[in-house]
Amino acid sequence: MLKFVLRRLLLAIPVLLVVVTISFFLVRLAPGGPFMEERAYPPAVIEKLNAKYGLDKPLHEQYFNYMQRVILHLDLGPSTRYLDRTVGDVIAQGLPNSMLLGGTAYLTALVLGMAAGIIAALRQNSGVDYGAMAVAVLGVSIPNFVLGPLLVIVLSLTLYWLPPARWGDLSHLILPALTLSALYTAYIARLTRSGLVEVLRSDYIRTARAKGLRESVVLLRHALRGSLLPVVSYSGPALAFLLGGTIVVEKLFLIPGLGNFFIEAANARDSFIVVGVTLVVATLLIVLNLVVDIVYALIDPRIAYK
Amino acid sequence: MQTPVEPTSTALAPESFELVRGTSLWQDARRRLVKNKLAVASAIVFSVILLAVLVGPAIIANTWGYTYDMTNSEVVYQPPSAAHWFGTDQLGRDILVRSLIGGQISLLVAVVASVVSLLIGVTYGAISGYLGGKVDEAMMRFVDILYSLPDIFLIIVLLAFFSKDLIVLFAMLGAISWLTMARIVRGQVLSIKNREFVEAARAIGVSTPKIIFRHIVPNTLGPVIVYTTLTIPSVMLTEAFLSFLGLGVQPPLSSWGTLVQEGVGAISVYPWHLIFPGLMMTVTLFSLNFLGDGLRDALDPQARAD
Amino acid sequence: MGTPLLSVRNLQTSFFTREGEVRSVDDVSFDLEAGQTLGIVGESGSGKSVTSLSIMRLIPTPPGRIKGGQVLFGGQDLLKLSDRQMRAIRGKRIAMIFQDPMSSLNPFLRIARQLTEISELHLGLDRRAARRRAIEMLELVGIPDAARRIDDYPHQFSGGMRQRVMIAMALSCDPQLLIADEPTTALDVTIQAQILELIKDLRERLGTAVILITHDLGVVAGMADRVAVMYAGKIVESAPTDSLFARPAHPYTQGLLRSMPDPLQEVAELYQIPGLPPDMTRLPPGCAFAPRCPHAAEPCSQPPETVAVGAAHRSACWLNVRSETRA
Repeated sequence: MLKFVLRRLLLAIPVLLVVVTISFFLVRLAPGGPFMEERAYPPAVIEKLNAKYGLDKPLHEQYFNYMQRVILHLDLGPSTRYLDRTVGDVIAQGLPNSMLLGGTAYLTALVLGMAAGIIAALRQNSGVDYGAMAVAVLGVSIPNFVLGPLLVIVLSLTLYWLPPARWGDLSHLILPALTLSALYTAYIARLTRSGLVEVLRSDYIRTARAKGLRESVVLLRHALRGSLLPVVSYSGPALAFLLGGTIVVEKLFLIPGLGNFFIEAANARDSFIVVGVTLVVATLLIVLNLVVDIVYALIDPRIAYK
Repeated sequence: MQTPVEPTSTALAPESFELVRGTSLWQDARRRLVKNKLAVASAIVFSVILLAVLVGPAIIANTWGYTYDMTNSEVVYQPPSAAHWFGTDQLGRDILVRSLIGGQISLLVAVVASVVSLLIGVTYGAISGYLGGKVDEAMMRFVDILYSLPDIFLIIVLLAFFSKDLIVLFAMLGAISWLTMARIVRGQVLSIKNREFVEAARAIGVSTPKIIFRHIVPNTLGPVIVYTTLTIPSVMLTEAFLSFLGLGVQPPLSSWGTLVQEGVGAISVYPWHLIFPGLMMTVTLFSLNFLGDGLRDALDPQARAD
Repeated sequence: MGTPLLSVRNLQTSFFTREGEVRSVDDVSFDLEAGQTLGIVGESGSGKSVTSLSIMRLIPTPPGRIKGGQVLFGGQDLLKLSDRQMRAIRGKRIAMIFQDPMSSLNPFLRIARQLTEISELHLGLDRRAARRRAIEMLELVGIPDAARRIDDYPHQFSGGMRQRVMIAMALSCDPQLLIADEPTTALDVTIQAQILELIKDLRERLGTAVILITHDLGVVAGMADRVAVMYAGKIVESAPTDSLFARPAHPYTQGLLRSMPDPLQEVAELYQIPGLPPDMTRLPPGCAFAPRCPHAAEPCSQPPETVAVGAAHRSACWLNVRSETRA
């Protein structure tokens, strides 16, 4: 198992290098530079700024300098959008906010989604089942930038229950987390339902029932494990994007998270932030997929990693 | 002529009766689809939306004389009324017409991008599955790597730094959504490439590309149709998301995503600017998702377990 | 002869599908004495498995439903028991083993847990006692090194070994009746013989009555005291094993016997009953076997009566009715 984890981490290195390289050249090859648009600096100032950030050097030199800094010093470079800060500072500020929001949303989705999925599977083809699954399709269909404002209109502007867009204490977390969790709740509910329905039909559940076990024991001890597997594999990529900053919801609710910084930086052509945030998300994705594989092996004894 | 026993019940009661395949897969599928009331209702709803989006603007132009880009400073931010069913926006444009035109764009982008992903995915998957061996392994490894890239971030970078052209958007959206299609088709091809009719074609010397595209690909049609139906709403959502961030469809054109984005700014005072296009989009996605689920159940009754 | 251990009376189980009602078990009756073995033989789809699942009340509902009849077990009608009372019987007094030992054991749980949960539940043993009992049972069914292997997962066992584990599990609580549903079908031929031998041996040692469900008359020959042959949800012939093999009365049974490979005779080609198993959604009004029967005649469009053709030997065919009236 340890060997497997090490090998996977080793394999992750080239993937991350590819990600950094692709995104670096993408942003640096683009016409224009960080100091060209919108802010009308005099040409002399632009030249000076470019020189300060090393943007006047040939592209391959810039790339090697950048990679050297990243690999040797874990330094993701300076920000050109937020002039007095480094990319590291920006990530250090944004990532915890994004993780708090994404983590809350994911836990909400996991609890609600699994509960709905289990109930639907146990009452298969009943009104409850159809109702829950219709709501789940709605959850998959309603874009979060529509749901978010609707929730704001209803819950804070009409009912005054919750504060609208702002970031501060925990009550500000509720609306964005709810908005964000809707899609994932719906997916998890569908995955749980179909997984459980399939497991409940399997031969070993019939064996468990033939033993005279109570239905609750059949469900909890025998059926649930197997039905969790699809949810587990879905959770890796889902969590990576949730924790790595959810651009729309952060923008909508003015949350100073990674996604918000990323989109602002992209619009301001701040190449270092763009590459840095992309790298963070790619790392999260790889790590969480690895965690998924490990959890998978913990649940399913048939899977052995060498 | 014997009709087959419902396969789902065979699955529930193994051994209880023999499955006799009499009618063809497609006849069966159509019968199951027509019996699925939700799917039929979804198909009707979607057709109505499609019709409204296509001919609605012309009718409105003839009846009231509004077009999507006609501004009128006297009717700025009107609530819904007999003259303007969905109200008007900050420039006095009719939101109904704008929503219909926005729907045209949203649907166009989604369909074109889905076709792009269909072409790439089917070709790639079919070749990979048919050739097998080392080639297959390499091709699938490449897909795995692409899967692990944070695609949405790369798209944002591309759109923000390069071109916000509609064609680029089509290509981008198509390019990120073919991966799953390729995997599905490959799986299908693997399971049928050694069947008798393929062996027969090989034996009489039919060329490899002909075998792949004449004999094998048509037999993967079921899952391909299902997955395409489900790709359209997902691409539509991505387009809306990008447009919401100001990166997708650019003015003077607008899609549902851009309309919602315009509406968000004024939700506390003029919520209908957001609600109407948002709802239209949600209903469309809802019906497409239900239709896709219905098609999947009809074409592959084992996939959904009930 | 006292009251039989199990007496199934006019059992009817149907599945309600979109194509209509499927009478998987249609008016089936049989008796089983304590310690005896009954073989139920039929093609897949004949209703033999549904019969056994109906006795255990494990028919998936919906789409299935037990529509009528009685399942008298030790004088009690199982179909009238509450779910709770039924659970107390399953696994304790009636146990079951299934066709596919690969999928019938829970792949996510250790063998130990799957064995101990049944004796904890029905015998009230604590964990340690249940574990001792489980090891005992594994040794009984011939699992080498049982004390160590008990902590393995199902996938670490071979198919034959898994079926042994299933048997150990089923016999943990000394059931009075063991229902074995195609216990050897999924196994290699050599393993099949071993498993049958094991069931035979344990049946004698523990005095368990057995219902052996199979499509293979050969399996029944060495094992069963009585045989019931099922076709399209009905028992078409039932007899003491010797009598059935010596004087098969129903054309379907005759066909089955002819299609058995005979190790003593080298036959170029095996006989096969012509035609396909019936479509259960649209059975003919009369004898369901008639479309495939070499003796089919005009009376076969009416449902045949079941008549005695010998000592405890009954058959449901117009041929038998005619010969009986002639005799």
